[in-house]
Amino acid sequence: MQSALIVDRLHFAFTVTFHYIFPQITMGLALLIVVLKTMALRSGNEHYNRAARFWAKIFGINFAVGVVTGIPMEFQFGTNWSAFSQAAGGVIGQTLAMEGVFSFFLESSFLGLFLFGEKRLGRIGHWFSAVMVFVGSWLSGYFIVATDAWMQHPVAYSLSTNGIFGLQSFWGLLLNPWTLWQYPHTMIGALQTGCFVMAAIGAFYVLAKRHEDYGRTFLRVAVTVGILAAILQLYPTGDAQGVMIARYQPVTLAAMEGLFHSEKGAPLAILGQPDVAKQRLDNPLVIPRGLSFLTYRAWTAEVKGLDQFPRDAWPDQIELVYFSYHIMVGLGTIFITIFVIAAFLLWRGALYRSRAMLWIIMLALPFPFIANTAGWITAEVGRQPWLIYGMLRTSAGASPLVSAGSAWFTLIGFMGLYTVLGILYLFLVYREIERGPEVEAVASAVLAR
Amino acid sequence: MGAIWFCLTALMLTVYVVLDGFDLGAGIVYLLVARNEEERRLVSRTVGPVWDANEVWLLAAGGTLYFAFPALYAASFSGFYLPLMIVLWLLILRGISLEFRSHVAVPMWESFWDAIFFVASLLLAVFYGAALGNVVRGVPLNAHGQFFEALWTNFRPNGETGILDWYTILAGVTALVALTLHGALWVALKTEGALHQRARKLAAVLWWAVALFTILITWASFSLQPHLYASFAARPWGYIFPAIAVAALVAAIVFLKNESRAFYSSCIYLVGMLASVAFGLYPDVLPASTNAALSLTVENAKAADYGLKIGLVWWTIGIILATIYFVMVYRRFAGKVSASSDEHGY
Repeated sequence: MQSALIVDRLHFAFTVTFHYIFPQITMGLALLIVVLKTMALRSGNEHYNRAARFWAKIFGINFAVGVVTGIPMEFQFGTNWSAFSQAAGGVIGQTLAMEGVFSFFLESSFLGLFLFGEKRLGRIGHWFSAVMVFVGSWLSGYFIVATDAWMQHPVAYSLSTNGIFGLQSFWGLLLNPWTLWQYPHTMIGALQTGCFVMAAIGAFYVLAKRHEDYGRTFLRVAVTVGILAAILQLYPTGDAQGVMIARYQPVTLAAMEGLFHSEKGAPLAILGQPDVAKQRLDNPLVIPRGLSFLTYRAWTAEVKGLDQFPRDAWPDQIELVYFSYHIMVGLGTIFITIFVIAAFLLWRGALYRSRAMLWIIMLALPFPFIANTAGWITAEVGRQPWLIYGMLRTSAGASPLVSAGSAWFTLIGFMGLYTVLGILYLFLVYREIERGPEVEAVASAVLAR
Repeated sequence: MGAIWFCLTALMLTVYVVLDGFDLGAGIVYLLVARNEEERRLVSRTVGPVWDANEVWLLAAGGTLYFAFPALYAASFSGFYLPLMIVLWLLILRGISLEFRSHVAVPMWESFWDAIFFVASLLLAVFYGAALGNVVRGVPLNAHGQFFEALWTNFRPNGETGILDWYTILAGVTALVALTLHGALWVALKTEGALHQRARKLAAVLWWAVALFTILITWASFSLQPHLYASFAARPWGYIFPAIAVAALVAAIVFLKNESRAFYSSCIYLVGMLASVAFGLYPDVLPASTNAALSLTVENAKAADYGLKIGLVWWTIGIILATIYFVMVYRRFAGKVSASSDEHGY
């Protein structure tokens, strides 16, 4: 059912893109809340507990939306991709089931205790519940990345004659070399989102001269963690990821870089628009030999261009892969710049007075979301035309009996529902920011749910 | 190995129905028993801290189904495409109505989410029942183990069936009344005073509806699906499950004055009913209405043995941990909710 295929793909792309807005905040904030709770525990200063409570409220809203938009993801493997699920469920079902059994129970139980139990749990108990929420959410990330990594780089399986994948090595699946780099790269991306959200709200409070002491705390914590995250994002995790793609998915690398023809000493394109029909990059701005060096650590190494691969092995959306990759890398570089300057100013004690820098930090808020999304598009669209790389084509994975009409019906339904959900979410988060960390009475309303 | 995972998956789904069943039931009786803002807040507080963890059982069961029976997961999720998507939308609405309601203390905001909570809970109960009805009745599986059903066709349970026919609607209504009773007993268990009285009175009325629909659905199931007869005839010890269901249902009305016994009776009733269905279906996991040879069974739907064996290890560890968390959470939130009690965490 080819006409349904494109709708099935859009369906997954839309729902997963919307969904991933929320887990990246919760995974990032979970760690930052642990940092705040630890500071409170060590210093005995109630200020940090209030700061943690404020972020717990923001976390709670994000978590709720993350949960309700996450359930459709697990179901869609079966609804829209039943041929794929039938073939690969014996392998990736493992990691998905483990996510449910190990992380969701942990996360949801301890979040209940964290949000509702501060008084009864005591200081250490409450700190511990924050740690467990962090562990649960990062564990969840591991199982999801391991699932995706298997589709990017299938390992530890056996293939039966009727095309069904079976698990051959449990640890092989869990310790897929692809996962070992993709996981830190993904989680640090989420951490950067958390840092930018915290820093942006901190900058807003300082600029608006409201809750200034909290604003300064948010800035200090977020910038300190953020500079580490921004650097780790590029090196070693991003770099290693790139080397892996060059090795196992060279055609994807060529598409990401817009390299149509193989070259010795291939240039690194900074800007330019790929013209797939004419097989060239228009208006290129390049670093000569840069790509060869980055990929192989040798200025004159040959990098394979798209011309080395048959057309039916090319990703079907080369332009999208090219741009999303460039947006991710470009923004990542800008983030490093922002955090380095901010950290320098913080060290010099000038950050809270530097209005220009605070404005930049505040306005940077949407960009980590864009960078993370672009990164995922690079990975998933770059994997095309394969659903399981080199093994199962995307066109062979969709549900054979679900019509394009049914798929459109539910895609439109999700679009409508998620639009409403997005508006409500922004409204609620805006209210919490308006109220600020000092309003304790709000707690009663949250807890009365 | 297949039989073990059949039992474990059925167990997880049963736990889900028993736990999330009272959340849904509370959502359904919500507007019937709570007469003012204070009472509505109390009812939503009985489920507030636990609904999310309860719903995780659905996710975990879904994941387990995926890994243990990939062919069943693939066939049923794509075949029940439309109702499943509608269930997802309802789960989203139910979740946010509970979470978002409390953030803004404005009457219009609250009554809007009250209505959403009620409607989503009610429709979810009906859809769950109808889904189970579809599994019992059988679906038009083709030779590749796939099928697709429209939401409805001519409302008859044979020929070209839709998701909704008179039989599956009957199953949906049965689930609705059973979960409503479950929810009413839960609210009675967790509240005091006038709210408690009203919930108990409602439960007394609902009990008769549950008894009536239990008889109807049992008669209809056995007359529609000969496989059930065959299962019980082949292994007569299985009659223990319907016997448990009937005994628990009787216990629920006998113990109506003792709210915790009544609620546990309702739990056992749900377990008995679902176990009866699972027992009656086995070894089929999804019977084909087209040709019995095309039915998905435990054997032809299960994943390879190595994965299932490994799974047994981590599943056991994971579920023990989950049980510990649940005991912890339910202990922390044990007892009745009341307007004066200090539920505030801060």
